Amino acid sequence: MPTLTRWLIKTALVYFVASLLLGVLLAARDAFTLSPALAALMPVYFHLLMVGWVTQLIFGVAFWMFPRYSKEKPRGREGLAWAMYASLNAGLLLRALAEPMLAATTAPFWAGVLVFSALLKWSAGLMFVANMWKRIREK
Amino acid sequence: MPRLSVLLIRTALVYFAAGFTLGGLMLVEKAVRIDPVLWRFFDAHVEFLLIGWTVQLAMGVAFWMLPRFAGGTSRGNEPAAWTAFFLVNAGVLLAGFGSFFGLPRAVSLTGRVFEVGAALAFAVHAWPRIRPSP
Repeated sequence: MPTLTRWLIKTALVYFVASLLLGVLLAARDAFTLSPALAALMPVYFHLLMVGWVTQLIFGVAFWMFPRYSKEKPRGREGLAWAMYASLNAGLLLRALAEPMLAATTAPFWAGVLVFSALLKWSAGLMFVANMWKRIREK
Repeated sequence: MPRLSVLLIRTALVYFAAGFTLGGLMLVEKAVRIDPVLWRFFDAHVEFLLIGWTVQLAMGVAFWMLPRFAGGTSRGNEPAAWTAFFLVNAGVLLAGFGSFFGLPRAVSLTGRVFEVGAALAFAVHAWPRIRPSP
């Protein structure tokens, strides 16, 4: 298993646990009438689960198992794939921080961080597609 | 990798890029209030990423990797799998764009029905391939 796949899958596992813990907190908000401000965490919960866990697990397995790009570069541009990993996780973490902070404070600083996190996640997605596209081909 | 898997997985990648782009635009809108009309992309964002990307990718990989027949030369009922490919994509487009363009709700509903048809067609294809090793 390539090093990047191990990083992607282990990071995905961390998000898996973290997102479901957040799900418990959101359920507790309803059960124990905790602060309504916690509702701002709902999109964070969903994106940590679907992007941090599901999508990142797919990325890790695809990078490992999909047909090889070439003999010299079996997994395509590895540098681009590492940049994708860094960009995706930086974007997710910044979003997880900025989205509830913006809901709580409406400070322009957090709006800027949220925009930056969107750019990071979006560019990570495009990097993944660019690196995988040519590996998806007929035998 | 068989041609249908290439089509399913590449189409899934297109939906992934489109869904991520729509999600990014809505996130930016949430931060800096560009134009609330961007929120009309919400259904398309969810539909593209959940069905267009995740489900379609799983179908592509399953079509490629599940056990084959006739000593490894046949994938069985391929027309059913092709039917699933066309239905799932028609369904995602109808369900995703129905609300964005303000089309009647019957359009989104038809999209969802197509997606169920895709699931059934894919199950018909894949069911016999789920078996013990010879």
